[in-house]
This record gives sequence, C-alpha cells and structure tokens, in this order.
Amino acid sequence: MKFNQDEFLICAITSLLSNSRHVAVGMASAIPGSASLLAREERRGQRNSLRVSMIGGDTNNPFTDGGRELFDCSGQGRIDTFFLGGVQIDGGGNVNLVGTGKYPKLDRRFPGSFGSAYMYFVIPKVILFRPEHTRRVFVPKVDFISAPGTSEEGVYRPGGPYALVSELCLMMFDRQRRRFRLKSIHPGHTLEEVQDNTGFSFDVPNTICKTTVPNEKRLELLRKRISPEIATIYPKFAAKAFKEPI
Amino acid sequence: MSLLTTTGDLAEKVSDKAFIVLPPDYSNVPMALVFALIRRKMKDLYILFAPIGGIAADLLVGAGNVKTLEAAAITLGEAGLAPRFSEAVQKGTTEFRDSTCPAIHAGLQASEKGVPFMPLRGLIGSDVLNYRDDWKVISNPFNEKDGPIVLLPAIQPDIALIHAPVADSCGNVWIGKRRELMTMSHAARKTFVTVEKVQEQNLLEDDLTAAGTLPNMYVEGIAEAKNGCWPLGLAGFYQPDSDAINAYAKAAETDSGFREWLKRNGNRK
Repeated sequence: MKFNQDEFLICAITSLLSNSRHVAVGMASAIPGSASLLAREERRGQRNSLRVSMIGGDTNNPFTDGGRELFDCSGQGRIDTFFLGGVQIDGGGNVNLVGTGKYPKLDRRFPGSFGSAYMYFVIPKVILFRPEHTRRVFVPKVDFISAPGTSEEGVYRPGGPYALVSELCLMMFDRQRRRFRLKSIHPGHTLEEVQDNTGFSFDVPNTICKTTVPNEKRLELLRKRISPEIATIYPKFAAKAFKEPI
Repeated sequence: MSLLTTTGDLAEKVSDKAFIVLPPDYSNVPMALVFALIRRKMKDLYILFAPIGGIAADLLVGAGNVKTLEAAAITLGEAGLAPRFSEAVQKGTTEFRDSTCPAIHAGLQASEKGVPFMPLRGLIGSDVLNYRDDWKVISNPFNEKDGPIVLLPAIQPDIALIHAPVADSCGNVWIGKRRELMTMSHAARKTFVTVEKVQEQNLLEDDLTAAGTLPNMYVEGIAEAKNGCWPLGLAGFYQPDSDAINAYAKAAETDSGFREWLKRNGNRK
C-alpha cells in the first residue's frame, strides 16, 4: 500500500507511543495529534488503553477549568507524553521557538515559547517533532533557549526530551550522556545524508535500523477513522495530508 | 440594565496606556471591540494575552496601538506567522515580553487570590527566565533540598476584554467552560464584555448555567455585538472564518496590504 510523507511520519510517531498512558497534544500539532489519535484507536478496548487530551478544538479536549488545567495536571504528573517543535534544536536537546539572531532584536521572529519552558520539565516523555532536517534547524547551539534539554543537579526535573523525529530519521535522547543517539533512518535516506544535514554531533550505533514503514491496517485506520477526526481541528492539514500517495 | 451600552462606548472607556488582558484565539476574543479600539486610534496600550495571541494581537500592533505586548506566543495558527507582529518585533518598534503559558495563568491566579506572587515549576535554565528581570528564583523555604523554584509577580490588568454568547438582564455573563475568561476577569480591576445577545433571565438562578457564569460584580460594561468574534469563532456557536483569516495573513505581509485590509474590514460594528 502506498503512503505519503505525512502518513509515514504520523505512523513513525504512533510507534513511539506504545508505553504512554496519557498523551497531551498542544497547539499547531497536526501530525503529532493524528499520531496520538491513531495510537489510541489501535489500543481501544485493550488493557493498556491510551488517553489523548488535545487543546485547540473541542472533540478531544477534556478540560473544563480553562487554559491552566493542562499545565496544572502536567505539573501533578497526570500526563506522561507531550510534543514540542522547534525553530532550532541543538544536540543538547535545547529547544528554540522564539526566533533566530541575537535576542531581543532577532533577525527572524517566530511565535514564541508557548508552554515549552514548563512542559519540558514536568512531562516525562517529550517527543521533539521537526520535519525539516537541515543545518539551519539542527544547530550546534540554539540562539534562544525556550526550554533547556537538561538541567543542573538539584533542579526539579521529572521531564525532558525522549525522542526526535525528522523527515530523515529517528533519534532517542540519552539523558545521562546529554546527547541524541541515532535510532533508525527512514527508507530512502542514508547515514551520510543525516550527518551532512545535522549541525550537532550525535551518537551512532554499530547497527543502524531502517524506520518501519506503516502497514496496511494502520494506514486504513488512519485514513478512515483519524482523518475526519483531525479535520475538526486542522481542516487545512487534513485536506492535503490524506490525499496523495507517493 | 445599567451596564448595557454599545461596543463603541466600551471602547471610549478604555484610555491610552491602559493595561489590557485579552483571551487566546480559541476562547471568545471580542474582535468587534478590538476593531473599535483600532478606530479610536489608541496609543501605548500594554496588551497581555492569556496566554497566546493571534489576529487581535497582529491587528493592534499593525495599527500602532501597542507599546508593549506580553504573551507566550503570537501566531495565526494554520494561517501561519503573525506578519505585523513579527515585523514590529524584528524592527524593535513594539516591545514584546516573552513569557510561557503557565506563567501567565499563574500570575493572573495570584491576582485572583490577592497574593503578591505565585511559584511555578520549570523555567530554570531557559532564556525566557533569563530575560525577565521581574521574575525571581528562590529556594523552597519549606524544604531546602527541593532545589530552586521561580516566583512570578501577580499580574493585575486594568481591564479584561471578553466576548460571550449570552448576558442576562442583571449583567451576569455566561462563559460556559471557557474558564480562562473567569480567571482574567477575577484578576483584572474591571471587565468589559461584548455578547451575542442579552436575555431576560437570571443566569444564577439555575445551577446548570450558574456554574459557567461570570457574576456581575466583576463586570463594568456590556454591549451586544452579533458575530462579535469575527473573523475568529465562538466555540459551540460559530466557526472561525478561515478564508478571512487566510486573506488577512496574506494581505498583512506588507504594511500597505494591512492598511487596505483594515480599511475594508475594520468598520464592522
């Protein structure tokens, strides 16, 4: 069965959620949102069922105490998985959502840090998702730290980076070594290509796996069940994402 | 009801340099009132978004009404970056105070309680904290071993501006589950509300509506503004006009395109 790039990335993220119990999805997160709904659908009725809470939209938004409730229940440890993007991400897992250049007079201003400066500290598994895999995104050092990848000893920090998903590969974050470790490369891409397009150094295992491609059952579920659901929050995305197989 | 007035009159009651708090795009933004403020050519406003701004932020910045903007982010969502905001911050013509969502909620909650500050987890080691000279780090006075924690000063805006589906004839306002509007209104010195309609009833008489009702003690002015969130939506009532928002995003890429858009759309009452 053919699939397109968005579908591939959705399924790659779904595979990372197998041990999660409660995933929260923030703003501007169409692909992570689709992946979370897909993971929930696959485990529906099973003992390890998955709870998905999405803000921005009503369908999967369980919160009744205003904007603060997502953050309050994250601080209590009720949510174990969350997603962040990044204008820049560096090898220490530091995330920049603010812009490039010297703050505050930036060369290019982006929206801002959202909840990252808090969520990265309190959510055990934060999956970094940034499709564009280039040296302008994956930099040696971010220009502005919206949220640091690791903290000094003594700082309250149950949370932090878990994995990094791009259009080229999947990396896992090693908290002890404070570095990323390559886990798998997406079909059609090479280690050389990943190294050429990454501005920071990362660990490379002896054997490198290929990222698993989505199977038919998963794709069907995604197109039939998840696509209309995600369209209620991200109509523009849903209109193009589930249309053109490559 | 003595609180009842017009959108234009509510805008008249806002003075230059006022400290205003507005809700995020998904939560009842009083756009008709925002357009009225722009028509008044307000100066040097301090605008806080609780916690994220969108088209209201971009419009007010583009029209030159804002001295300082504070938010966790400013974005047009699926329509992309907020172009007037980005340019103004890059040029340094508008000051932007970077925050993070729970810090804004916590600061408003401190004002709700009448306490001077609120602690918050996270932030330590971020540049968001490094560039905020009004935030402090202390060690937990109850348990030194717990490590450092950030303290945020209470945020007390002069005015909260919100929109809602319904107000009753006593001036109570039904906001349903959009409880950030409640926090904003509790924290601010006063609240101005636009509503789709005013109804002859008392929302506090029925527990079903009372639980989602902002009582009139916080409210200092109400005006009817039909479709008052346009081009944004009113959850449960009408959808955002995404064509209009996309058209805005495109037009506002240049200052002249922005002015043109405002001339065509800024007179909605």
